[in-house]
Amino acid sequence: MELIDLALIWALIIGFGIIMYVLMDGFDLGQGILFPFAPDEDARDVMMNSVAPVWDGNETWLILGGAGLLAAFPLVYSVFLPALYIGVFLMLTGLIFRGIAFEFRFKARTSKYLWNWAFAGGSILASFAQGVVVGNYIQGFAVENGVFVGGPFDWLTPFTVLTGLGLLAGYALLGSTWLIMKSEGYIQDWAYKITLPLLGAVLAVFVIISIWTPFVNPAVWDRWFSNIQIIWVLPAMTAFFAWVLFRSVQKRQDGMPFVATMGIFVFTFLGLVASKWPYVVPPDYTIYDASSAWESQLFLLLGLLFVIPIVLAYTAWTYWVFRGKVKAGVGYH
Amino acid sequence: MELDPLLLSRIQFGFVVSFHAIFPVFTIGLASYIAVLEGLFFKTRNPVWEKLARFWTQVFAVVFGMGVVTGIVMAFQFGTNWSNFSQASANFLGPVLSYEVVTAFFLEATFLGVLLFGRNKVPRGVHLFAAVMVAVGTFISSFWILSANSWMQTPAGVEFRDGAVFVTSWMEALFNPSFPYRFAHMVMASFLTGGFVVAGVSAWYLLRKREVEANRKALSMCLWMLLFFAPAQAWVGDLHGLNTLEYQPVKVSAMEGLWETDTNVPLLLFAIPDQANQTNHLEIGIPNLASFILTHDWAGQVPGMNEVAVEEQPPVGIVFWSFRIMVSIGLLMIAFALAGLVLRRGGRFAETPWFLKGLTYMSITPFIAVVAGWFVTEVGRYPWLVWGEMTLAEGLTPSLTGGMALFTLIGYVLVYALVFAAGVYYLMRIFQVGMEDTHTGDHIDEPHSAKRPWSGADVTLEAGGR
Ligand code: HDD
Ligand code: HEM
Ligand code: HEM
Repeated sequence: MELIDLALIWALIIGFGIIMYVLMDGFDLGQGILFPFAPDEDARDVMMNSVAPVWDGNETWLILGGAGLLAAFPLVYSVFLPALYIGVFLMLTGLIFRGIAFEFRFKARTSKYLWNWAFAGGSILASFAQGVVVGNYIQGFAVENGVFVGGPFDWLTPFTVLTGLGLLAGYALLGSTWLIMKSEGYIQDWAYKITLPLLGAVLAVFVIISIWTPFVNPAVWDRWFSNIQIIWVLPAMTAFFAWVLFRSVQKRQDGMPFVATMGIFVFTFLGLVASKWPYVVPPDYTIYDASSAWESQLFLLLGLLFVIPIVLAYTAWTYWVFRGKVKAGVGYH
Repeated sequence: MELDPLLLSRIQFGFVVSFHAIFPVFTIGLASYIAVLEGLFFKTRNPVWEKLARFWTQVFAVVFGMGVVTGIVMAFQFGTNWSNFSQASANFLGPVLSYEVVTAFFLEATFLGVLLFGRNKVPRGVHLFAAVMVAVGTFISSFWILSANSWMQTPAGVEFRDGAVFVTSWMEALFNPSFPYRFAHMVMASFLTGGFVVAGVSAWYLLRKREVEANRKALSMCLWMLLFFAPAQAWVGDLHGLNTLEYQPVKVSAMEGLWETDTNVPLLLFAIPDQANQTNHLEIGIPNLASFILTHDWAGQVPGMNEVAVEEQPPVGIVFWSFRIMVSIGLLMIAFALAGLVLRRGGRFAETPWFLKGLTYMSITPFIAVVAGWFVTEVGRYPWLVWGEMTLAEGLTPSLTGGMALFTLIGYVLVYALVFAAGVYYLMRIFQVGMEDTHTGDHIDEPHSAKRPWSGADVTLEAGGR
């Protein structure tokens, strides 16, 4: 009956969903991470206005990630969430505060600073928690008979804290390069100024993670230093985009830094997947072990092939509607 | 004391989902109302419609925002607290919830951006289209999520093999036996919620003689709608109950507070159910009426709680009283809708103080009725998670400890209390400021005269900050 390798197709779709989420929500979470450091209140207004019309759509990719995993790889859903129980709670709390800050900050006056903190704190908490998930994926889970059997704080280790900080820096970088594209004047100058130090931080974390990972998980070491040399293309591409980013910031090209940062993210993500493939619940379960019923994967796939292009089309359309620079002093009320 | 992760998870799930539910019921109704207002403005170009549309869009933005953030929590609750259930039912629930995301959530979220921020950026027709898409999205969302929930009440179209669900017929599973009733009942509940809130707020303004023309129009519209939906809701509710009698009879026994299967069953108006002794205290009832409603025969036989083992009985008190609260509110709604019709003669509906005051108070009742209704449905399902197939205890996350569950329960209660307080406070401010300033309804404007636009006519969060 299994005529097509649906598990593989689904792995590609989920991978696409995750990368969409990381890129899109990444730049708006990045605004929140950079919020406390912004030069002034006007700059904060511009930062928030630049993402206000699209953040909800961006976050919907996260929900698709959750629901899509439940549909296609239920084992991932039912192991990751219990294993990361407290971490998930913290992430959701962060997303709640940051979500309502959009609505309330511009209505507030004397209490505005409270919503600034809600937006910044929420974004930082959510980003850090997502980075921790990445660390856990590299680290692996204590699973027996398809059920998580570890303790409540297994998710929090020095290694996962490092990946948490790494993603924080990464999202901040997406945020600053997005802001370069969407702002002008002194706000843009500031965004240019912070971009290279952020890039430095991101690269530093990459290097530490790369050295550390083999100690956390020897299988990854094998993957990189045994037979298949072709995967070294991936870190090479990451380095290439880092260089493009560096050059374009120096030349002050408005749009290029953001594109280059997206490139860094895409190839880092592919590198991560290549380290683990085909395991989705490391160390023991592959995409085939984690799959839902073939009929269920097919039923959803047929619909998605039809609906996702439409979603992408109208998403692109809203970005087009809200294209261009966001001007300081243009109100959101 | 040993903390019970099962009980704590139930309380937590009940809390977060009830809290989430109060926002959608309002936004579903309000989204349609806004789409209608935008449509009327588009056709007639009468600025009154635009004024109303801008005002209610501002309210909508706040409520929708709270619906979104609490909804994101829901999407992860299944996995964190009910991972065995997620794993077992994923073959059905996974695709359904995913379809909800791709067909509804993206639609709502994307067009919401255009609705709130795009008034000056897109042509008027496109703006209207965005309003309609948001409304359509809310219905598509209800369709999928209620199908999922109804399937848990009355599973169909699947077979259970090796502890997991396998779908044999998507049609039968999606359109399971209780789905049509639950969908109709919930959509009407949403219209009633939107209707009574708009009516209540308009009445409040009319009492204060503010923006009389616009609010009179709004109230009149609402009253016509309520006149249709309030009685229709009672009718659909009755059909819903008959369907439940067929598929989940013990739930109906609990709603009626009936311990022993019997004929000539009275409709209890008041009773204190006593689960330990399997009996009621202080019963007051109307003879034979329950038999008549449920079997259409004054002497008809109605099943009692004794049909199932004591461990399989839902907590009768909660179901019994939640049901009475919902139905009483439903009857009260019908009364107000009829009063509105009577007062139409001579246009008194917009002037009679007791009526306007009453409507103002009525605006919170739909929320109470909705939560009560869900309590009947969900508590009445106890001890089953998937009716007849999987119990709550079997669905629980195995690695969950009482301490973890308690931590997140307290966390959610605190966070939601804050969100709710801020949201209600801000809504009150919107209502106080009112629709006199036409600009307040829009989110991003080109810079108008003032250098910092929100220093002008806009609503600020702090009282007196205007
Ligand atoms: C009958 C209506 C209804 C019911 C019973 C539920 N929801 Fe809901 N939900 C909606 C109707 C809705 C909505 C109208 O579509 C919302 C309200 C505000 C919004 O943004 O969309 C929404 C938002 C919303 C979101 C955020 C969507 C976004 O970002 O735009 C999620 C993830 C969920 N819900 C998930 C759930 C889950 C897992 C539920 C079950 C336990 C649930 N909802 C019950
Ligand atoms: C949105 C309106 C809803 C409300 C207000 C609501 C309310 C509740 C309440 C009060 C409980 C606790 C019952 C008990 O423990 O005895 C509960 C349980 C549950 N509900 Fe719902 N529910 C809603 C919708 C849904 C939907 C749409 C689903 C599934 C798709 C769902 C799935 C569950 C599950 C899995 C439980 C079991 C956990 C528990 O008992 O707490 N609910 N719900
Ligand atoms: C006036 C007469 C009404 C009757 C006879 C009635 C009947 C019912 C019944 C029998 C159920 C339980 C279904 C089950 O077995 O699970 C139910 C649930 C519910 N009711 Fe009502 N109802 C009435 C009014 C209302 C009103 C006015 C509202 C809200 C505005 C409302 C909102 C709900 C909701 C949200 C649920 C849970 C979802 C569902 O199962 O449909 N009801 N109702």
